[in-house]
Parts: sequence; structure tokens; C-alpha cells
Amino acid sequence: MIIVFYAAAGLTLLTTAAAITRANPVHALLFFVLSLIGMGVIFFTMGAPFAAALEIIVYAGAIMVLFLFVVMMLSLDIAAKRRETGWMIHSVWIVPLVLVAGLGIELVRVFLGSSATGVERIVSPQEVGLRLFTTDLSAVELASILLLTGLIGAFHLGRKDR
Amino acid sequence: MIAWQMSAGLALALFMLGLLGLLARRSLVFVMMSIEIMLNAAGLLFITAGMRWGNPDGQIMLILVLNLAGAELALGLILILRLRNRITNLDGDSVNLLRDVP
Repeated sequence: MIIVFYAAAGLTLLTTAAAITRANPVHALLFFVLSLIGMGVIFFTMGAPFAAALEIIVYAGAIMVLFLFVVMMLSLDIAAKRRETGWMIHSVWIVPLVLVAGLGIELVRVFLGSSATGVERIVSPQEVGLRLFTTDLSAVELASILLLTGLIGAFHLGRKDR
Repeated sequence: MIAWQMSAGLALALFMLGLLGLLARRSLVFVMMSIEIMLNAAGLLFITAGMRWGNPDGQIMLILVLNLAGAELALGLILILRLRNRITNLDGDSVNLLRDVP
């Protein structure tokens, strides 16, 4: 299990790094889908099979395909790719790298201050569903309100001008 | 047995990669994708925290994060599609005015 975890973690890191450095958005999105599948494997090895299934079905399957459709609707051509490559000069990455490294040093100090313990047990989907629909029912209602807001907003913004 | 520091460190690395992409890229499509990477890293940290104590709450929070990512992505992509009519190169720096310039 631990070998699977490290392989999936390496795959996720590599494909995410590839995704943020591509000039072509479609290639970047496909790399990101690979990274999400690796994330699903990580969830499975950590004892969360329900989250792993959701990550692959909802995130990689539905949300990323919506993203891919919109990128294809934007009809980015060869000129867009050349412009994108022109924006990715080396000097652009220096300041963000310094800032992100500062954040990383802060957080590594926080994580190293505590003792290492492993995963305790596998939490089954039954348990998640039971908790979700009894004590955490308000979270379900909040999620539905959020989705309704997103639906109304997308409908309003996507309407043709009159 | 996977130590929780390992997956927390992975979530941290993914969040840093997403932040790096958010700061360095100019195209709005890549900005949206970097936000998704950061949300995903937050979800991994929720799962890690839930599994550290063998608790289903982490997975419940991941469901909420997925909801949030879906709603945010739908609105963001609609805004990008609308902006495509105004600016053809999808440069985030060129939409810094709140009114139309004649």
C-alpha cells in the first residue's frame, strides 16, 4: 500500500507541475485530469474509498470535462499558443517562486513540530452517509443552496444581451 | 501505514504549485485551473485530517469542497466566456477597469 501511495504521489506532483507550465490549455487540462486520478488513488490508499470514487467521478469526470468543453468553445488557435509562450518567460517565475518558497518554509516548520502517526482505520461509505444525513444535515442543505446560487448565477450571466 | 505528515506534505506541495501557477500565469484559463489545484490540495488536507483520527468528517468536508469547486468553476467559466467577447487574448491584466472605455 505504501508503494502505491508514493507512486501516486509522485505522479500527482509531476502531472500538476506539467499542468501549470504548458502553453496549450487542452494539454494542461488533460495533465490535470491525470493528477486528479492520482489523487483518487491516494485517497484510496489512505482508507477513504468513498472520497476516491467521488474524486474520480465528480471531479475528473464531470467538472474537468465541463472545463474542457469551455476551453474548446473559446477556440484558441495557434496565435493564442504563441502569445501564451511569449508570456512564459523565465523572469515571470522568479517573484512567485520566492513567495511560494517562503510559504513552504513556514508550513514545513508547522508540520515538523508534531509526532508521526499513521492512518487508523478505513472509513466505509456507510459511515460517511450515516454521518452526512444525520448530524451533518445542515451541511447538505448549505451545499444545495450553494449549487442553486451557482445555477442561477450561471444562467443569469450566460443569457444573451437584450 | 502512511504517516500523516507525508500526505500533509503532499497537500502542501500541491497548494504551492497551484499558488505558483496563479501568480505566474496571465491567461485566465490557467488562473482558473490553478484555483482548482489549490482547492484540490485543501481537499487532500481535509482527507488527511479525517483519516488521522479515523473520522468520517474529512470525507464530508471533501464533498463540500467538491460542491464549492463545481459552483465556482461554473461561474468563473461563464465570466471567461463573456469576457472573450471583449478581450480576445484572455489576458487577466487587461480587464482592470470597472467601466467600458469608449
